[in-house]
Amino acid sequence: MSLRNYLDKIRPNFDEGGKLHAFRSLYEGFESFLYVPNTTAKNGVNIHDSFDSKRMMIMVVIALCPALLFGMYNVGYQNYALAGMLDQATFWNKFWFGFLAVLPRLIVSYVVGLAIEFTVAQWKHEEIQEGYLVSGFIIPLIVPATCPLWILAVAVAFSVIFAKEIFGGTGMNFLNVALITRAFIFFAYPSVISGDSVWVVDHTICGLGANLDGMTAATALGTASTTAAAPAFTMDMVWGFIPGSVGETSVIAIALGALLLLYTGIASWKTMLSVFIGGIAMAVVYNQWGPDNAMAAMPWYEHICVGGFCFGAVFMATDPVTSARTECGKWIYGLLIGAMAITIRVMNPGYPEGMMLAILLMNCFAPLIDYCVVQKNVNRRASRLVKK
Amino acid sequence: MAEIIRLRKGLDIRLLGTPAKEITQVEAAGQYALCPDDFTGVTPKPVVKEQQKVKAGEALFIDKNNPEVKFVSPVSGEVVAVNRGARRKVMSIVVKPDAEQSYVEFGTKSVQSLSGEEVKKALMEAGLFGFLRQRPYDVIANPNDTPRGIFVSAFDSKPLAPDFEFVLQGNELDFQTGLSALAKIAPTTLGISAKQTNPTLTQAKNADVYAFKGAHPAGNVGVQINHISPVNKGEVVWTLDPEVVIFIGRLFNKGVVDMTRVIAVAGEEIAKPSYAKVLVGASLASILDGRLNRNEHIRIINGNVLTGVKASKEDFLGAFANMVTVIPEGDDVNEFMGWIAPRFGHFSVSRSFFSWMCCKKQFSIDARIKGSERHMIMSNEYDKVFPMDIFPEYLIKAIITGNIDKMEAYGIYEVAPEDFALCEFVDSSKLELQRIVREGLNNLRAEMA
Repeated sequence: MSLRNYLDKIRPNFDEGGKLHAFRSLYEGFESFLYVPNTTAKNGVNIHDSFDSKRMMIMVVIALCPALLFGMYNVGYQNYALAGMLDQATFWNKFWFGFLAVLPRLIVSYVVGLAIEFTVAQWKHEEIQEGYLVSGFIIPLIVPATCPLWILAVAVAFSVIFAKEIFGGTGMNFLNVALITRAFIFFAYPSVISGDSVWVVDHTICGLGANLDGMTAATALGTASTTAAAPAFTMDMVWGFIPGSVGETSVIAIALGALLLLYTGIASWKTMLSVFIGGIAMAVVYNQWGPDNAMAAMPWYEHICVGGFCFGAVFMATDPVTSARTECGKWIYGLLIGAMAITIRVMNPGYPEGMMLAILLMNCFAPLIDYCVVQKNVNRRASRLVKK
Repeated sequence: MAEIIRLRKGLDIRLLGTPAKEITQVEAAGQYALCPDDFTGVTPKPVVKEQQKVKAGEALFIDKNNPEVKFVSPVSGEVVAVNRGARRKVMSIVVKPDAEQSYVEFGTKSVQSLSGEEVKKALMEAGLFGFLRQRPYDVIANPNDTPRGIFVSAFDSKPLAPDFEFVLQGNELDFQTGLSALAKIAPTTLGISAKQTNPTLTQAKNADVYAFKGAHPAGNVGVQINHISPVNKGEVVWTLDPEVVIFIGRLFNKGVVDMTRVIAVAGEEIAKPSYAKVLVGASLASILDGRLNRNEHIRIINGNVLTGVKASKEDFLGAFANMVTVIPEGDDVNEFMGWIAPRFGHFSVSRSFFSWMCCKKQFSIDARIKGSERHMIMSNEYDKVFPMDIFPEYLIKAIITGNIDKMEAYGIYEVAPEDFALCEFVDSSKLELQRIVREGLNNLRAEMA
């Protein structure tokens, strides 16, 4: 196998004392990307399951693909729709327009994030951890397609360093890295991620699309939080032909990803289901007894179809690192995320997207929930001793 | 009929190379050895010198901390080597057997007429006491303790493990005598598999019998104790392998130490996997010569694939090993783009592979780690294969952080490294859980001493 031989040949350059030693983590990252490491067990069990964190992360990335591809198409669709040129644009016009709008954000997210990952890995003499493969893919999906690249780069750098690396890397962070990126933009540069003017790309790209002079489109949640009546529920909200962050609009595309995650068992069905239960229950409660505003009057099915509710429930709440880790804890964690997301939407019109804050808040509480669940087991053990 | 306890969590790893139920004749080994490392928690002090003649049943080394606990030679012959490692640690004591075997006579005894103390003394004298282990800490039992109970698991559910009913054939009487002797020391509990039908097991006398149904680790004695009556702080229970119960029975019935046992010789790289009748400490070369499919890129395991140790043909059958497994090493395999390739034919608990579709198939699994170590990422991976009332993930984290209070609170007294073997197998973060648990137990034991 010539590639294998080539890798073996260049390896000495990356070892201690080699002239490319500074890129050792890069070499190892690519080697293990190309070939499954054939190191064998030295102690402990002599056989291992074939499943590893690389496989896990790539499954999540595959699950995210429908949302990304549809998101690209929708970015083009929204531009042409707002310009009133839908009938003149072909499918591929819309898709390529969205592709060209989203791709730079995907590249910036990966380049900035992975550069930090590689540097830290090299510095700590560790292997590169795969966690950012997923975070880096999610980040462009949860920001508007108009988000300036430099802001995205700053936000990614901030979250990778301060939400993950300072805690010790993937598996040690207690806050979802992708959400911290979004939250950073949300609080530091609110004008690029909220309001009416950011959700549709308003200029042509490589001759595709249309220039929209001052024409804007609000998201459903934006409308509901600023006007007396929420927009009526339409099937477009399910298919995803509405303005919003790139990947969050299509319930169908997200559902495809959800199926893969649940089927492979990588995401917990308990967390996912309980987020929906919590959200639906809370929406029904506000319908009945809520304050007199459009958001409270919004029916539950509209609540879960618009904004980032589905995307958050499927891809963010189920992040195994930052969610509750005990089975019982997952139910509590999910229910509270769902309920909290709707509550923030209804009670605080300043933050119409409640999902991000709800998940980050519950990320902080997940260890407490787990503590209570584990403590029950501890108490049971202690009481056994007392009974004796 | 015994009470049946059904375990819902667990995993049977379907490995190639199941041993056929027949005994393949093995030539007597040229050398036998006892390795003190097999007896966890013992500080060995050799009591023999090279060239010294010993009889079967004569002490080779003793435990420095409990000199009355002896470890005896399985054969009569001449001590040819006392091998030492770093810091003069005794690694093994090798005996070259005589053509004609002679045994130390301990005299036959009627178990019924003995007291618990007398049984204990007899076991210590004959060197069988060292085969008793204790919880907490999973170390060799301390003769000064009064155990709350003695637990024996009469079936091994680990991959390719020998069928104890087959091993028991012809030893039924000795097994029952052994159980009766143990019952004199403390209330004895026998855990059997719901599939076992041998009346010696299902209707064992002088022992409480519980039947277990479910996948591995149903046969782990720790799991059984956890379901019958969990170990609390301050309590001590003793555990032993069913084969040792047979040794004990033989000691009282025949008056000699006869450590002949039937082991499984299994695994994909064994030409005809079957059983073999051997003595504890026999050289692995004598067991494996002429039976291997190939001589390179294989892993010889002293024991089973989960808890056994990597060995070579120059090593000796471990004191507690009830099988020898040989699997491919896998160091010559280069899998391209393993993270995305479908990888048919790979065994995995994850549905991102396709092994769940072929439910009857047996799989070839080599010794590769197939990934690299990461922080704990997936949650609930361990729980699915850990049928004890314990949160394994939290216990592991408490051990890693060295938090003694938390370790106690999370139930470290109830576990042994082997209980975490299956967790280690399924772990996508590839952590060395058995090593972590062993270090945790050692630290705790040092702390509590």
